[in-house]
Amino acid sequence: MSSRLNIELPGLTLKNPIMPASGCFGFGREYSQFYDLSKLGAIMIKATTVEPRFGNPTPRVAETSSGMLNAIGLQNPGLEKVVSHELPWLSQYDVPIIANVAGSLEEDYIEVASQISKASNVHALELNISCPNVKTGGIAFGTIPEVAKQLTRKVKEVSEVPVYVKLSPNVTNIVEMAKAVEDGGADGLTMINTLVGMRLDLKTGKPILANRTGGLSGPAIKPVALRMIYEVSQAVGIPIIGMGGIESAEDVIEFFYAGASAVAVGTANFVDPFVCPTIIEELPILLDQLGYEHITECRGRSWQEHGQLTYHRA
Amino acid sequence: MIKKELCKIISQEEIAKDIFQLTVEAEFVKEIKAPGQFVHIRVDKSFDPLLRRPISISSVDSKNSRFTMIYRKEGKGTSLLAEKGPGILLDILGPLGNGFPVDEVHEGETALLVGGGIGVPPLYELSKQLIAKGIKVVHVLGFQTESAVFYEKEFLENGETYITTVDGSYGSKGFVTDIIKDLEFDSLYTCGPTPMLKAIEKGYGHKKVFLSLEERMGCGVGACFACVCNSSSDINDVSYKKVCSDGPVFRAGEVLI
Repeated sequence: MSSRLNIELPGLTLKNPIMPASGCFGFGREYSQFYDLSKLGAIMIKATTVEPRFGNPTPRVAETSSGMLNAIGLQNPGLEKVVSHELPWLSQYDVPIIANVAGSLEEDYIEVASQISKASNVHALELNISCPNVKTGGIAFGTIPEVAKQLTRKVKEVSEVPVYVKLSPNVTNIVEMAKAVEDGGADGLTMINTLVGMRLDLKTGKPILANRTGGLSGPAIKPVALRMIYEVSQAVGIPIIGMGGIESAEDVIEFFYAGASAVAVGTANFVDPFVCPTIIEELPILLDQLGYEHITECRGRSWQEHGQLTYHRA
Repeated sequence: MIKKELCKIISQEEIAKDIFQLTVEAEFVKEIKAPGQFVHIRVDKSFDPLLRRPISISSVDSKNSRFTMIYRKEGKGTSLLAEKGPGILLDILGPLGNGFPVDEVHEGETALLVGGGIGVPPLYELSKQLIAKGIKVVHVLGFQTESAVFYEKEFLENGETYITTVDGSYGSKGFVTDIIKDLEFDSLYTCGPTPMLKAIEKGYGHKKVFLSLEERMGCGVGACFACVCNSSSDINDVSYKKVCSDGPVFRAGEVLI
């Protein structure tokens, strides 16, 4: 069955296209009490910075209809601990790791990328130029095409594994950003990060989040993610790992139709810790219902010329 | 071991204004280790609300594989939960977190249990377990007003019980701290609003004190880093504890509240 789901991407040989998204799965330890992490296509580990970070004050989450806002602030134990403790622990599982690389300055990204890409189970990097919850640096890297391109180029020079760049939806023209990082040498894209949003407390009139604003995730952002992947996948020649509100096998197929080559599941892990293995089990059944042999047949159907794809009957 | 289970509702009733008592049947009852642990409930299959609701366990009936929760109907999630009747299956993740240590007090000693509002429920199972160990239990329970008071009779059966209300409409007028200052005890267990916990830690932190914290949660299992608190007062120290998986019960001084 799994042969219907396997995917080859730069640096990544995936059993299936399902992976937990960065920031929604820690370093895997918590979810390893629920199921065997080797079932996953890959794992995108929590963003790593050079130094340990405590992150933002609480409250760090606020709910909204069909979504949630978070402002964690890249809390993580720092490069040294991730390399010495978290990655070796994860190596007991037969699953490629995509390491999310974050920072405030160009040097930070370069330092993390060069070190973390040496780990034997890190098969790709996810360059986090789009976290909306850190005050310095990050946002310029994610919103100015030329800056993003230069950073991508520098990280590519030091990384020992392919580099995927995580794009922010908080831009006027995401296609321009995507093309810029492709020019910078990106091997792939991951998209979308969260949308900046806000909730206010009814009694106090003040923001619920201590950080005031946070990143919106969950089913609420799925249509935005689909639209952006639809646009970007037609404009670039590098693969996209799609994310944004995925919680079912149906959602995965929709993201493939839009142009994604694999997907990440984020917020849904919080609602159902078993969501990733459940989707992996349900995908072949859905492929049968839709009349596809292999999941890659779904890719880009939304924009492929009619007749370019094999015709299928359910 | 944390389980995700569809649990059948045995009963649900409103025991005070907007305060609901919910009993369910669950196989994971045998996994419950200590009073003060909680569960994470998905109140509806829809995405609104999206996240689960953390609710503390107020009593455990191991023989019948049942446990009871008491919660306040306040927002969208708890309002939906309050509508559910017997027979309905609830998607529950649990048991979660680390509860109150009952081994820290010994036979013949006195334990003071201090609860504020919706922080009162987990103290009930704690009270039962301490009594069973031959410990003298004294309860001080604070509420906003008379209509919000619940479980006075139940706590009285286990030991001396003082009730305070902020507006003085029932019991003594004022806060739990007004009562505690005149009481003798060997250890103190508390759960309630943060200002109350702060006052208790400030006044009695030198004694054996265990506090159960509340924080907005995402996953409930330690993965999302939403409910993190500082475990050092040094601003350059990034050490932390997660309320959901390291807590919710902490020893006084263990974390900054």
